[in-house]
Amino acid sequence: MPRTIKLKKGFDIRLKGVAGKKMAGSAEPDLFGVKPIDFPGLTPKLNVKEGSEVLAGAILFHDKHRPEIIYTSPVNGRVVSIERGERRKILEVVIEKRGNEAIDFGKTRHEEITEERVKESLLASGLWPIIRQRPYHIVANPHDIPKSVFVTGFDSSPLSPDYDFILENSNISHYRTGLYALSKLANGRINLVLKEKSGAGSYFSDIPGIEIHYFSGPHPSGNPGIHIHHIDPVNKGEVVWFANLQDVSILGRLLEEGIYKPEKIVALTGSEVINPQYYRILSGGSVASFVADNVRPGNNRYISGNVLTGTRIRSDGYLGYYDSQVTVIPEGNYHEFFGWATPGIGKFSFSRTFLSSLFPRKEYRLDTNLHGGERAFVVTGQYEKVLPMDIYPMQLLKAILAEDIEMMENLGIYEVAEEDLALCEYLCPSKIEIQSIVRKGIDLMIKEMS
Amino acid sequence: MNSLRKTLDKLKPHFSKGGRFSKLQSVFDGMESFMFVPDKVTFSGSHIRDYTDLKRTMTIVIIALLPALLFGSYNTGLQHFRSVGIESGIFQSFGYGFLRILPLIIVSYLVGLGIEFIAAQIRGHEINEGYLVTGLLIPLIMPIDVPLWMLALAVAFAVILGKEVFGGTGMNTFNPALLARAFVFFSYPGWMTGDTVWTAGLTAGKNIADGFSGATPLSLCVTGEISRLPSFMEMFVGTIPGSFGETSVIAILIGAAVLIATGVGSWKIMAGVFGGGLAMGLLLNAISANEYMHLPFYYQFVMGGFAFGAVFMATDPVTAAQTEKGKWIYGFLIGVLSILIRVLNPAYPEGVMLAILLMNVFAPLIDYFVIQSSINRRLKRVKVEIKTSVK
Repeated sequence: MPRTIKLKKGFDIRLKGVAGKKMAGSAEPDLFGVKPIDFPGLTPKLNVKEGSEVLAGAILFHDKHRPEIIYTSPVNGRVVSIERGERRKILEVVIEKRGNEAIDFGKTRHEEITEERVKESLLASGLWPIIRQRPYHIVANPHDIPKSVFVTGFDSSPLSPDYDFILENSNISHYRTGLYALSKLANGRINLVLKEKSGAGSYFSDIPGIEIHYFSGPHPSGNPGIHIHHIDPVNKGEVVWFANLQDVSILGRLLEEGIYKPEKIVALTGSEVINPQYYRILSGGSVASFVADNVRPGNNRYISGNVLTGTRIRSDGYLGYYDSQVTVIPEGNYHEFFGWATPGIGKFSFSRTFLSSLFPRKEYRLDTNLHGGERAFVVTGQYEKVLPMDIYPMQLLKAILAEDIEMMENLGIYEVAEEDLALCEYLCPSKIEIQSIVRKGIDLMIKEMS
Repeated sequence: MNSLRKTLDKLKPHFSKGGRFSKLQSVFDGMESFMFVPDKVTFSGSHIRDYTDLKRTMTIVIIALLPALLFGSYNTGLQHFRSVGIESGIFQSFGYGFLRILPLIIVSYLVGLGIEFIAAQIRGHEINEGYLVTGLLIPLIMPIDVPLWMLALAVAFAVILGKEVFGGTGMNTFNPALLARAFVFFSYPGWMTGDTVWTAGLTAGKNIADGFSGATPLSLCVTGEISRLPSFMEMFVGTIPGSFGETSVIAILIGAAVLIATGVGSWKIMAGVFGGGLAMGLLLNAISANEYMHLPFYYQFVMGGFAFGAVFMATDPVTAAQTEKGKWIYGFLIGVLSILIRVLNPAYPEGVMLAILLMNVFAPLIDYFVIQSSINRRLKRVKVEIKTSVK
């Protein structure tokens, strides 16, 4: 019987609008966007122009520093626009879908699955970026030898999709093939992390080399960084790879069917969604195809991903590469009269300074207001309560701000990513931009180490 | 409310960059965000943020201070009327005490906030809420008869040299409120020591009733008049001479309950201070070399500023240890030092203020050792792995 790792530290933000266990069918968007900004640290080099015709699985852009890592089109169609931001930074490559043709990468039979073959398929199809690494939480380097590979089989973030439900509605064979293939990248061994009491273990327990771990506890118990920290922590000079379970099924399909078809089941969630439920959609698809009639009118924020780490998108924006969730919440651009002084029955808070803490089960409709102004670090001992790692978050943040490389190393910069400290940012009474500080620290480390 | 909002929106351009009163931008922003939570929304990172902010946190501390403030008002009146030999009712006492403390509070806020506003404007920052608490703490730990100019000077010293030169709230090494008290203590010792300063009107020395000395329990202990100590219960309730807010342990414990229930004050520090006081008290009891050492240890908790310091001063998050293990050590050492200074150093009848200020200096060192142990655990992990892989 596998051991369950029980985490006590952490916090579940009780939001309204969790997706009901209902498949609403397939969303069929016309427009698809592939966003280089989904991949921190990537310097994209375009391979297409506006007007280029592409097949599903054809290259759109590649990594300037690691040219073997390519990013491909999820569908067959034409590049209609390349959106750029400040300093001509590429924000998204937009493809208009036409027909269903795809590049044939060739089917791989089970016994043909080898390390070489898997790497080749991943790199050629543009699926390699599903594998990311710690340290740094960036796309893995194909030339590294990881000390272990983790597959994250659940999500604990606010309003996250239920992976057991997703699996019930998926082709399990794709998942099994994908897991088996990934194990080849780490000497035939692979770690699958599931939520405590998940039934998914029975689908996969007989895959050779698989080791299933169970985690329980509040968010961030589902973050790969937390799993790696507790099972096989990253020390200086070591690399651990990880991937999401749904992304692994795309690899399985690639090997079984020979095509790149990044289909996922995505939860549409949030207090402003009329009918929160699940949709089948290709990665990068425009969310307009399924949010259009299902969202309450008003000034809303659309997020690809969850409220803590997701990316702000337009109401017709595109699903992020790693996201299995779209969240819609109200914007909070209003003034509140003496807002800090009210008893706060309806004000959800990690702190116990509002009366809402007397109602431990209520769910809340929370908006994007900052609820205060930015200040220096004052209150202590809060961040530690939501980070289930042997790491001192405030001291690490201060080391990053001071750009003290050695101290950052000592305090565990190799083990964290911005998503692990997202809850610290949420609850920070001084409203400090913690996630961007962490990314700044990671960027600094990458620069220093190269 | 709406019309107020409209007025503010109309005024705002004048106080913004390029406006006529742009030099007062920080003041305007401070006032505006005091009345209205800003309409700013999240831009990067987490899309939702907790409702709590520093204003909320500071408000909770002020609420926690209210019992001590209210009882202090009553007790100040009570002590005054006792000193002149007049029987007084609760409301009469309270009214007298409240009117005595009010000018101190007003001066403390005017001077302190004034300096904060100027400092924020010079830096171009928003005004920080830290002084909201400090401004109330300072009058509560002063002798009631302290002249207002002296208070103003102490506040200015504490805020400018104790806080702003380090970069404002969050950057200071010393607890600003205690720094203000230390300033008066060392610069004007006549106003902070002796028997007459703790009771309103006693320094003027008019119409004093026979037998009333105004001596605090601690000075009785130091002068060897332990037999004249008030009863434990009297000291616990707080109807004794002393600084305005420190006398009633009951009122302070209510405040502690508020701080602990809301999580705003660290219970670990409070428990640490009392634990340290207990350990040192028991040790002195065991030695029992003189009458003061013989005094049961629990008397130490109800005399002087021990409880007030433990609950409201040691728990200041900026100047305390910042790691959870560090908080235990920090609190414990404050407790030990407080009692040590009190009992073994006759020059300072009260040891709490000096103990906390001293530990303020050592808090970063405590954190350093706690964090170093985490670093060592991380380094050890690597060594263990290298060893096992060699085998």
